[in-house]
Amino acid sequence: MHTFDVIVIGGGHAGVEAAAVAARRGARVALVSFDLTKIGAMSCNPAIGGLGKGHLVREVDAFDGLMARAADAAAIHYRMLNRSKGSAVQGPRVQADRAYYAAAVQHMLAGQPGLTLVEGEAESLVLAGGRIAGVSLAGGTDLVAPSVVLATGTFLGGRIFRGEERHEGGRIGERAATRLGVQLRELGLPISRLKTGTPPRLNARSINWGALAEQPSDAEPWTMSPMTGRRALPQIFCAITRTNEASHAIIRRALDRSPLFSGAIDAQGPRYCPSIEDKIHRFGDRDGHQVFLEPEGLATNLVYPNGISTSLPTDVQLDMVRSMAGLERCEIVVPGYAVEYDHVDPRSLDRRLAASDIPGLFCAGQINGTTGYEEAAGQGLIAGANAAADAMGLEPLVVDRAASYLGVMIDDLVLQGVTEPYRMLTSRAEFRLRLRANNAETRLTPIAERLGCLTEDRRLRFRKRMDAKARIEHALERPVSAHALRQRGADVPLDAGTDRGSAWLRFPAVSPAHVLPDAVSDTDPSVLDEVIEDARYAPYLARQEGEVAELRANESLPLPQSLDYAMVPGLSAEMIERLSAARPETLGVAGRIRGITPAALSAILLHSKRRNAA
Amino acid sequence: MHVVDTIFALSSGLPPAGIGVIRVSGAAAGDALLALTGRDSLPTQRKAVLRRIVDPRDGAVLDDALLLWFQGPATATGEDLAEIHCHGGRAVIRAVEGALAAVSGLRAAEPGEFTRRALINGRIDLTQAEALGDLLTAETETARRIALANSGGALRRQIDDWGGTIVDLSSRVEAVLDHADEDDIDEDSILDVLRQQCRALAGAIARALRNPPVERLNEGINVVLAGPPNAGKSTLLNRLVEREAAIVSPIAGTTRDRVDAAVRRHGVGYVFTDTAGLAERTDDPVEAIGIERARVAAQTADILLWLGDDAPPHVDGLTRIIPVHPRSDEAARADAVEGRIRVSAHTGEGIEDLWALIESESRDLIPRPDQAAMNQRQRDLCAACVSALDDAAVERDPILLAESLRAARASIDRITGRADVEAMLDSLFSRFCIGK
Repeated sequence: MHTFDVIVIGGGHAGVEAAAVAARRGARVALVSFDLTKIGAMSCNPAIGGLGKGHLVREVDAFDGLMARAADAAAIHYRMLNRSKGSAVQGPRVQADRAYYAAAVQHMLAGQPGLTLVEGEAESLVLAGGRIAGVSLAGGTDLVAPSVVLATGTFLGGRIFRGEERHEGGRIGERAATRLGVQLRELGLPISRLKTGTPPRLNARSINWGALAEQPSDAEPWTMSPMTGRRALPQIFCAITRTNEASHAIIRRALDRSPLFSGAIDAQGPRYCPSIEDKIHRFGDRDGHQVFLEPEGLATNLVYPNGISTSLPTDVQLDMVRSMAGLERCEIVVPGYAVEYDHVDPRSLDRRLAASDIPGLFCAGQINGTTGYEEAAGQGLIAGANAAADAMGLEPLVVDRAASYLGVMIDDLVLQGVTEPYRMLTSRAEFRLRLRANNAETRLTPIAERLGCLTEDRRLRFRKRMDAKARIEHALERPVSAHALRQRGADVPLDAGTDRGSAWLRFPAVSPAHVLPDAVSDTDPSVLDEVIEDARYAPYLARQEGEVAELRANESLPLPQSLDYAMVPGLSAEMIERLSAARPETLGVAGRIRGITPAALSAILLHSKRRNAA
Repeated sequence: MHVVDTIFALSSGLPPAGIGVIRVSGAAAGDALLALTGRDSLPTQRKAVLRRIVDPRDGAVLDDALLLWFQGPATATGEDLAEIHCHGGRAVIRAVEGALAAVSGLRAAEPGEFTRRALINGRIDLTQAEALGDLLTAETETARRIALANSGGALRRQIDDWGGTIVDLSSRVEAVLDHADEDDIDEDSILDVLRQQCRALAGAIARALRNPPVERLNEGINVVLAGPPNAGKSTLLNRLVEREAAIVSPIAGTTRDRVDAAVRRHGVGYVFTDTAGLAERTDDPVEAIGIERARVAAQTADILLWLGDDAPPHVDGLTRIIPVHPRSDEAARADAVEGRIRVSAHTGEGIEDLWALIESESRDLIPRPDQAAMNQRQRDLCAACVSALDDAAVERDPILLAESLRAARASIDRITGRADVEAMLDSLFSRFCIGK
């Protein structure tokens, strides 16, 4: 009963997706966690989705992943970011009740055939003949499996900083996985340190809500997953306050007590999520910074003040919080802190998130230098699907930049590595116009279906949706006259002639109801939205086709994995380091590595050809 | 270690010339110097020495030459490099090349091979390589100076500067798209300023595109002589180029087809074209064809020298016309039409003044030595960049604005090598205070 196909270490957002998708592909899976009650915990902000991140959630959902459905089950506040802009950059985001979220995840895992939950500390990896053979648990139990997914988050070598205080651990109150960390270094995986932080948690009852501006939940009934029929929980509002000159003065006076400034932490923190002391230090001219007060759940009094991540001492945190409007009498329940942790240089992984030098080992989530639940879930999906493939001889799951944010993330990680915790942004996707949150199913579910990642329910629903979409697209190819559109109330010039329905949809004044009056009422609105957006951006998408073709064509010039870049004449030391770490499979991939010039590519190509000829 | 051939080529202009510089690059370059000098030690590095050079096959003396020796890899090609500065006559150069070919491991270079080796060995980047490619074909002194300015990085700096501005513009629209919910981002004011700046940058690049192209230096300036038959065009042409390029006879219509003659003056190349006279009517079909070609030549002229006594003909797009009063030495032509320069090919009257006029009209046609002159490929990419920026300047949808800026960035990246989204994020996060 201790033999599996795949063992997943860690029950965070990466671990649960990895375990679930491997089991959906038919693998026998063990999920090992310190504490089974903490599986699916949201350890930082109580929100799922956002710009770029919402895309990832929908893409994981397109593979029938857990995150979007758990988010819907726990959502207490829905907000579509960038609603006024085109759907390519709209980011669905929810506030989620922590307890409901973890419960939803645990419920789904419990119902997943082939998945066993194992409580315990994974003490070391078991290797046999240079490849993974299983995992040893503290206490002496061995689990046997040919593939292991490491999804240990910040627990490897985790060290917590708060003012002058220091703790070992990945989250406050939890142990660090130090022994495993030592083994990974011994196995030769390249390890670096990163840093992140979290704000203090406030007591909701001590906040003067009446004095603050409210931000209500969106009225439109969208959900994170199309599998969710309707919103489940009552919707609450968030509130907004700001830091002010008094708060800034308090922070400035105490900068020398912050481990970020005293030199205690030298690991790189995220530029897009700076601590409040960083913001005051770097943007001294700003007179205030927005702080969102986000309730952590329906049955808890904890409030997450988004915008004031800090590692200042507890007494300074309290003074700072109380200097803000509405928080004059506020109580801190858990003070904020910074955490420094080990991560694996993701350039040592391949596109399956498998360690190039240790067959059978996969890494996913924060251990690869990323931040965010969504980034973790996306990697968990890729690593889990491939760990199952590796163990059972199935087709691997490899995604590319042109077709998904998942592909963008994997490509960025394994090629460029990280210098700060990696967060998804829509600007990272050069083919952003085609990668919309609302067409994730169309883009990815066929792959998920082929690879056996879908449940039967999902497969049937997707089939129906694709049929509906095909019907609408077909109907939109029929010619429609300006005259007919005007009769149906569309404001178009009478002399505009006749064109295909899809072409008419590019006119802002024309809606699907004008073009297809009969089909609209009985069609899924999300299908209509998707088809309209396709039509609107069609000319731009056509323009990008060439670029996509070029991206894929360049992949056809293979580079030997054994190429010694130090021997290529003319490459700078920096280029040699980057190329050697990333080991690009093709010349096209090499060209995407940061700082590699066309001249360098010519040199690499000539060298590898000369090498072949010699 | 893979053995690469050692190559040699004449790297100065075509003979005959005052001096001929032959470069030898590769592992056997030192052997070649030893063989040609008959000595057993190489000259001191980077120091010119005068040596008698001989044919190693029979010991025949070839020339007294200045030799330069550079030890690789810190050389122009990244390999061992020798330069032989010999006399520039055809026979001498042919003899030295023949002697080099006889040295084991040496062969004549293919076109552009020196540059390619410099590129492979990382001695230059792509824009520098292109400038060096231009240098190879640069026949004149000014062309050489401009090409050198580019390989020293003038063009690179200019393009880096534009690229940096585009990265900065991109970062602001991306801030609007990716961080719209941050209170540091004031969307409307950012986008308005952004569109203005896209327009301004498009203007700046478009202005640079109006500078004369680098190819101009190699192709030379087209000066077309036109006028009625027997006006003295061929005689004047021969005088200007100081040789018998065109057949001269007193018979009207002797020049039946166009004659091109190249000449170099003050470092600038000129191609003078003698045309059949632009007579309105002729019965001779051969001459008629010649006259039609004359019209075509006039249309491709940079400068037209008009030798007729009537007003010069109108040629579309041609603004540089110098009306000349030829044959000023003839008694019957003592009086010149007002405003015309008196020229006599026989006495030399006015020839220097005419040259001065031609040179002054030429000034705007060739790149100045301090300008970052671009070749056709670079101009095409910059034009694509301008077009993308023009799109951005009028785009209302911030996603499409960002897409246009991405296209602009991609064009510039194709000149200098790929920048990365990281550069844009650096700019974004240093400009805006972002992060919850």
